[in-house]
Amino acid sequence: MPPVPLPESARKHMLRTMMLIRVVENQVQTLFSENVIQGTTHLANGQEAVAVAMAAHVNPRRGDTVTCTYRGHSHALALGMQLRPFFAEMMGRTGGCSKGKGGSMHLTDLSIGLIGTFAVVGAGLPISVGAALTAQIKRNGSVHLAIFGDGSVNIGAWHESLNLAAVWKLPVIFLCENNLYGEYTPYLRTSPVAHVADRAAAYGLPAIIVDGQDAEALHAALRQASEHAQNGSGPTLIEAKTYRYSGHSRTDPAAYRPAGELEQWLARDPIQILADRMIADRQIDAQEIARLQAEVEAEVNSAIQWALAQPFPNTETLYEDIWAS
Amino acid sequence: MTVLAYRDAVRRALDEEMARDENVIFFGEDVARAGGVFKVTPGLFEKYGEDRVRDTPISETAIIGSAIGAAITGLRPVIEIMFADFAAVAYDQIVNQAAKMRYMSGGQISVPLTIRMAHGAGMSFGAQHSQSCEGWFMSVPGLKVAVPGTPADALGLLKTAIRDPNPVVFLEHKALYADRADVPDGEHLVPFGKAALCRSGQHVTIVAIQRMVQMALKAADLLAQEGIECEVIDLRTLSPLDVETVQLSLRKTARLITVEESPLAGGWGGLVISRIMDEAIWLLDAPVVRVTMGEGIIPFSPPLERALIPDEQRIIAAVRQLGIKR
Ligand SMILES: Cc1ncc(C[n+]2csc(CCOP(=O)(O)OP(=O)(O)O)c2C)c(N)n1
Ligand SMILES: [Mg+2]
Repeated sequence: MPPVPLPESARKHMLRTMMLIRVVENQVQTLFSENVIQGTTHLANGQEAVAVAMAAHVNPRRGDTVTCTYRGHSHALALGMQLRPFFAEMMGRTGGCSKGKGGSMHLTDLSIGLIGTFAVVGAGLPISVGAALTAQIKRNGSVHLAIFGDGSVNIGAWHESLNLAAVWKLPVIFLCENNLYGEYTPYLRTSPVAHVADRAAAYGLPAIIVDGQDAEALHAALRQASEHAQNGSGPTLIEAKTYRYSGHSRTDPAAYRPAGELEQWLARDPIQILADRMIADRQIDAQEIARLQAEVEAEVNSAIQWALAQPFPNTETLYEDIWAS
Repeated sequence: MTVLAYRDAVRRALDEEMARDENVIFFGEDVARAGGVFKVTPGLFEKYGEDRVRDTPISETAIIGSAIGAAITGLRPVIEIMFADFAAVAYDQIVNQAAKMRYMSGGQISVPLTIRMAHGAGMSFGAQHSQSCEGWFMSVPGLKVAVPGTPADALGLLKTAIRDPNPVVFLEHKALYADRADVPDGEHLVPFGKAALCRSGQHVTIVAIQRMVQMALKAADLLAQEGIECEVIDLRTLSPLDVETVQLSLRKTARLITVEESPLAGGWGGLVISRIMDEAIWLLDAPVVRVTMGEGIIPFSPPLERALIPDEQRIIAAVRQLGIKR
C-alpha cells in the first residue's frame, strides 16, 4: 500500500506525536535504569508510525475501541493518554491511569477507547472481536482495533479470533506490528510462511502488507480497512513491517540481531521519513522541528516531575476495584 | 408454584432476562438452532433472533474472550461452555482477563458476563467430561461462582448472575438437568452468598452442593431412622461463600462434615473448614470430616465411577466416625 499524502495539519500532528513517543520511551528507559520505574518495560522506539496512523482512525465518541499489547506505550500516547497519568502509572503511583494497579503492561483508559493492554500473548484479540460484536448488535458504526506482534500469530486465540470475526463479519481490524522478533526469536524461525498477511487467506480475509515506518502508508491501509469494516464487509488483517530499536524488554541487549540490521532500520526512521517529506513539501523546516522537539521534551519532563511528586497508593486501596457494584 | 425441570429452569431464566433486557445476548456451540447438547436452550433462537442468540465455532477462547469484549462495551453476554472441562482450553480468558480487567484498569472496566457450563459426574462420561470444576474458579479473586442444586435455584441464581456487573461462572450439574421440582411463579431471584438450609437437625451439620446435597439428604433420611438428626446446608454459591449460615448451624450441632464431588486438594470444603477454624473453632466439639473423591480421576466404568464419587453410604460412614450419642 503506497503512502497517500495527508493534509499538513494531520502530518504535523502525527510528526509531533511520534516525537513525543520517542522522547517518552527514552525517558522510560532512563527512569527504569534509575529504578524509578520498576518491574519491566517494553519500548516501541522505531514503531511510532504504526501508533499514530492507528490513532487517526479511532473515534472513542463513536464507540471505537483498541486493544494492544504490553508494548503499548506508543498506542496509549497516540490515542491521547495524558502524560501525567501515564507516568504516574508507570511509577505505580496515585494519579496513574489505573491507580497504579496496572503499570506499564496494562495501560487502560476508556475515555480514549483503550479498553485494555494485554500481557498474555494473543489475549486481546478475542476481546476486540467482542467489542466489534457489540458494534454489530448495536449498529453504532464503530470500528475496533486489535494490535499485536508477529510472535502472537501462533497462539490459538489469534486463529480463533480471526475465524470468529470473519464468520460473523465483525467490524474489527487486526493490526500486526511485525517487528521481526518475538522476544529473542526471529519471526521466520517460528513461522512457515513469509508474511503474517499470508495467513489471512485461511479465514477468507483481505490482507494488506504495509511499510510500518511510513505513517502515511499506514494511514491509507487503515483507512481502507476501516471503510471495509464500516460498510459491513468485516475484518481486515494489516501487517505493518516495522522494527523495534531496543531489545525486547528492560535490559535485553538484543545480541541475537545480525550485525548491521539495526543500522539499516535506523536509516528508515519513521520520524525522519515523515519529516523529510514535510520538508520537501515546505511544510516544516529544521528550526521548527527543533522547536517541536524542545516543546515535547519540556512537556515530558514536567509530567515526570509531577508524577514523581505523587504519593504511592495507600494500602487501603489494595482490595478496591476488584468488584463492580 | 410450577413443577419445572432443572434444564427448563435455566432456560426460563435466560428467557426472562432476555425479554427484560435487550443487552442480554447468548451464544455458544450448538446452542442456537439446535438448542444445546443438553437441550437447555431450545426456542431462544426462534424467539430472540440471530443477532442475540448465536451458534459459534468450536473456539472456547474466542467464545469467552469475545463475550468479555462485548461485556465491557455495553452488552450482558451469557455464554455456554458445553462441558466445564473444556474451560481449561480457555482458562486464560477466564482467570487472567475476565477476572482481572477491572482491577488492572483501576476500576474503569466492568465485565457483566455469565459463563454457563455443565459439570459434574454420574453419567459415565469419563475423565474429560465429568469433572466438578468449581475449584478451578473459586480460587480466583474477581470471579463469582454459582452452583445451583435445584430447579428453583437454577432459575433464581441465573437471573441474579445475569444482572451481576461482575463475571460469574455458573456451573450447572449435568446429572441434575432432568430433575423436576417446584419453582416459584413470577419473578424469582436468589441472592448470591446466601446458603439454603435444606433439612434441620441437631446432631451434625452436613454442607454440600448440587448432587451431593441430594446424597446428604438421602443419608439424613436413613440416619433419622436411628435417631440421628442431620442438618443439611446447600451453599448455592462458592464465591461469595456463606460461612455465617454454617456457623449458625454449628451452634446447634457442633459437628461438621463437608461433602464434595471433587478432589480433596483445592476443594471448597477445605476453605469452609479453615474459615470455621479461624472464625469459630470454639463451636466445634468433634474433628471435622471431609468427604471427597480423594485423589482419583473419574473413570468411565459405571461401577468404578460410582465407587469414586461420594454417595449416601460414604456420608453415613462419615457421620458414624463422629460417634454421635443420641
Ligand atoms: C501466552 C504467552 N506466552 C509467552 C509470553 C512471554 N512473552 C512475552 S512477549 C513475547 C514475545 C511476543 O512477541 P510479539 O508478539 O512479536 O510482540 P513484540 O514483543 O515483538 O511486540 C513472549 C513470548 C506471554 N506473555 N504470553
Ligand atoms: Mg515481534
